[in-house]
Amino acid sequence: MGVISLSPYDLAVAASLLLAVAALSYLLRLGNSGQIVVAGVRMTSQLLLLGIVLKSLFAHTNFLWVTLMALVMLAAAAREVTSRQKRRFKGVWGFGIGAVSMFISSFTVTLIALAVIIQNRPWYLPQYAIPLLGMLLGNTMNGIALGLERLTANAWQQKPVIEARLILGQSWNQAIGDVRKECIRSGMIPIVNSMAAAGLVSLPGMMTGQILAGSPPFEAVKYQILIIFLIAAGTGFGTMSAVYSASRRLFDERQRLRLDRLKGQ
Amino acid sequence: MKERNVIQLDINNLVYNGIGPFNFSIDQNECLGLSGPSGSGKSLMLRALADLDPHDGRVSFGGVEATRIRPEEWRRRVGLLPAESHWWGDTVKDHFRLPDNSLLQQVGFDESVLNWSVSRLSSGEKQRLAIVRLLANKPDVLLLDEPTANLDKTNIRKVEELFDRYKREHRASIFWVSHDPDQIHRVASRCYFLDHGQLLPGDR
Repeated sequence: MGVISLSPYDLAVAASLLLAVAALSYLLRLGNSGQIVVAGVRMTSQLLLLGIVLKSLFAHTNFLWVTLMALVMLAAAAREVTSRQKRRFKGVWGFGIGAVSMFISSFTVTLIALAVIIQNRPWYLPQYAIPLLGMLLGNTMNGIALGLERLTANAWQQKPVIEARLILGQSWNQAIGDVRKECIRSGMIPIVNSMAAAGLVSLPGMMTGQILAGSPPFEAVKYQILIIFLIAAGTGFGTMSAVYSASRRLFDERQRLRLDRLKGQ
Repeated sequence: MKERNVIQLDINNLVYNGIGPFNFSIDQNECLGLSGPSGSGKSLMLRALADLDPHDGRVSFGGVEATRIRPEEWRRRVGLLPAESHWWGDTVKDHFRLPDNSLLQQVGFDESVLNWSVSRLSSGEKQRLAIVRLLANKPDVLLLDEPTANLDKTNIRKVEELFDRYKREHRASIFWVSHDPDQIHRVASRCYFLDHGQLLPGDR
């Protein structure tokens, strides 16, 4: 079975469903009808733009262009992580902790997948490298954003408890240890849950796409398993490294809890 | 016999939160009182001395500057008792490294209290246990922020006696913040009054 090509008309039918939701939201005064439309328009134009970029990227396999694309994706993911924090770190740290953690986890896992598992020549073949990295960044981003949001919110709420532990002679590491564990766990909950539900409740998106585009189901399943392993590993490493380095940054060299390093509400 | 005074905690040009500079010292085996209106910065001064907030100036213990002592070590030696105690574990014993049964008895508990759940403690019990929790670290300097605010008369006396005995036995220095002039009069041998960022010698 080949790919059934979608016409603009097909997409317009799907878009009209979202417009109906926006209209209903307007009638019910939910206050987010504008947001829905803007998000829909953003999604469409970003993906169409990506289509054009990928088309020319795939046409010439060039390491520099692949790297540039990867960095742009990283910057966008880090910006997204930053903007989801109610109390993010001031200055370069707000962006930096997320960016560095995603760089370490997503890029490493993608590199291993490309060089060891998929083994293309060249290993940075954009048809594989870019979508893989995209899946990893997208998911790692969620874990990191969740973990950091919890960490900064909890540090704020539990300041007296953390300081009570410092006063009794505990190190910063002990004083924030319990909070940190809980935040790392909560950053990893979505990916652990989605592994448990994969195939039973939900058909994962990538696999669905591949099957719709005409791949044999078993090939699609194998790729999906690969992707989920990679995503779970990337999310785990990324969340641990982000929450750990953020928790260190909450304390200064005299091991004082420095909430003034976070932005207020 | 008159004792020789040995300076234990020495404060030079302490500035925190935009107030100061403050210069004073507390000797070994001495209790220094501090009173002043709410919001005058008494609690913040104790926080700066425990090195919980950034501050300017020099604070030294036994002639050694705070910055030369590891922060955990500093806070164990210069122990702060905040006005309100906070608890993180489920049972009382989760908050002790080495429980001290004789200290527990001196504030009216036996060792079974260690297995009590923190959620069933009254505010007075919490305060007395917080005192034991702090003293179990054997601090050389005690920074006490209204240590008896939640206690009834009997327990106020018990706690005052406990601190006095601890001071004598460990040649400890105590910096006692209180709203109650009578209490300052009972426990302290000198006192200061903090108002509008000025440290004035108080009458006692």
